[in-house]
Amino acid sequence: MMTQNNHNLLGPALLTILLLLAPLVIPVYWVMLLSEILIMGLMAVSLNLLLGYTGLLSFGQGAFFGLGAYTAALMLQAGYENLFLILLAGMLVALLAALVVGFFSVRLDEIFFAMITLGFGMMFFSIAHNWLDVTGGSDGLPVFNLPSLNLFGFQLTFYTPINMYYLVFVVVLIAISLLWLIVHSPFGLILKSMRENKQRVSFIGGNVKTLRIAAFAISGAFTGLAGVLFCLFNNMATPEFMHWSFSSKPIIMSIIGGTGVFLGPLFGAGIFFILEQIIIQYTENWMLFLGIILIPIVLFFPQGVFGTLRNKFFKQGSK
Amino acid sequence: MEFLLLNILNGLSWGMLLFLIAIGLTTVFGVMGVLNFAHGSLFMLGAYLCMQSMKYFDSFWFGLLVGPLCVVVIGVLVEKYLLKRVYDRDVSYQLLLTFAILLVLDDGVRMIWGSGYHIVEPPAILNGIISIAGQDYPVYRLFLIIIGPIIGGLLWSFFHFTKWGKIIRAASFDNIMAEGVGINVPLIYTSVFALGTWLAALGGALAAPQQSLIPSMGEKIIIESFIVVVVGGLGSFPGAFAGALLLGLLESFGTVFAGRLQMAIPYILLAVVLLVKPNGLFKKGV
Repeated sequence: MMTQNNHNLLGPALLTILLLLAPLVIPVYWVMLLSEILIMGLMAVSLNLLLGYTGLLSFGQGAFFGLGAYTAALMLQAGYENLFLILLAGMLVALLAALVVGFFSVRLDEIFFAMITLGFGMMFFSIAHNWLDVTGGSDGLPVFNLPSLNLFGFQLTFYTPINMYYLVFVVVLIAISLLWLIVHSPFGLILKSMRENKQRVSFIGGNVKTLRIAAFAISGAFTGLAGVLFCLFNNMATPEFMHWSFSSKPIIMSIIGGTGVFLGPLFGAGIFFILEQIIIQYTENWMLFLGIILIPIVLFFPQGVFGTLRNKFFKQGSK
Repeated sequence: MEFLLLNILNGLSWGMLLFLIAIGLTTVFGVMGVLNFAHGSLFMLGAYLCMQSMKYFDSFWFGLLVGPLCVVVIGVLVEKYLLKRVYDRDVSYQLLLTFAILLVLDDGVRMIWGSGYHIVEPPAILNGIISIAGQDYPVYRLFLIIIGPIIGGLLWSFFHFTKWGKIIRAASFDNIMAEGVGINVPLIYTSVFALGTWLAALGGALAAPQQSLIPSMGEKIIIESFIVVVVGGLGSFPGAFAGALLLGLLESFGTVFAGRLQMAIPYILLAVVLLVKPNGLFKKGV
């Protein structure tokens, strides 16, 4: 396992360089698309900490994404313009909410866990949709002024798509690196063993409930961070972020990419958005084609597109 | 007093529709262990195909008969060629596969019939208004309140008194044992899915005169029927009945008492039941 990890760093390094240079060559529209892919990719990688590593299918991640987005929108409306403060506050609010939701949810498994997280997510959706005075109801909360960043005396603003892309890129790079460290820490190893057999983890003295809450909270916090970024990128926080159908997106992306590979969900996000771009050039019925593409992926790519291809060409996953 | 009565009637008529959809969902889960995300789309398809068949022969009863049967054909194909392959896979794959089928069906309907509203007229005999305690009330809703328990009772008798019903229940208890004593389990699975599909589509056809038809009508009801079957206890028949009535009544009274919070009621019910009785109200511990 260890050698495999060292081996794998070459790919991510190349990907990082590619993403760093991409805006220099691709058109602005694709730069914006790439920002969106990175943001949703962060959401999917965070979800996969639960789905792929801990074995918990959460259908309520949209709530934490939305909480991050609303936190950012409300802070910007109130005049707070410190970028770090906004990013941290969004994470913190999502973290606290995930602690509460996780506390109640982690005692359940499988389909019941999926249902209760869906229920909690939809409660947040109902609040966002109906608490007009604070959230603006179904119209959402618009953002008019973006925070700027004072970097060694230079005042950086994020009003151009390129600057926004680099903001997203840096934050997502840091967040995904942190998630990588978590997954490859002893804590990450315990999460994987809980996925395999939670009884045994409790026999050897692991507190399954606390560990699961911790995983849920970490996933929620990074999902909230993705929400903050999306609010800045999109200039808007809307209740739709919290709806179960939004929560299903990172699940789709993770399974397309492969839940057994750390960066699989990020690739899944890329495949998802690029497919969407290609298909909507020909037809309005993008969902129909998404369904038609998803069916064979579920049936014939049990480890996701990225995971299955990797196993096929590098034979790493198998013993 | 009248106000109370009307809310109870509204709650019951909505509850009965939920019940029809939920029993299909819960039977499929009980036998095959698959929670079918596309079940709401089969409901929606039932409504659309009922409307479509009424164009060939202008009678609601004809549509009610033919529409759901056409959906059953689609259901059987889905089971035989797609679902069959994921029975032994992880629950997230089953959910995602049925979600993909939902996308295809919903967007397919949008492509064929457009995303606008369609209306189905109730049959003349049920298209009136009746006076209940001095208030006008649509006859069609009363019809729904009566038809729900009738279909439920017939199904219950089928499962308990006929040979086929007993075989299906045996297969849901232990499919390996059932196979061992010579029961054709794959055939049972296909038949059960066909039955579940028929119930969903029948619910859709019955709902057609009461609500306007839009492609997304299945997406709202699928989440509520998930809640009904989880609250009642996955796989439980009486649980689906109790859960559907409970949710129908709560939603009906919620519009009066809960104001803006009304939207959250089903989810609060779901979370409370899962926390207090994780196996649902009617399921005995495993």
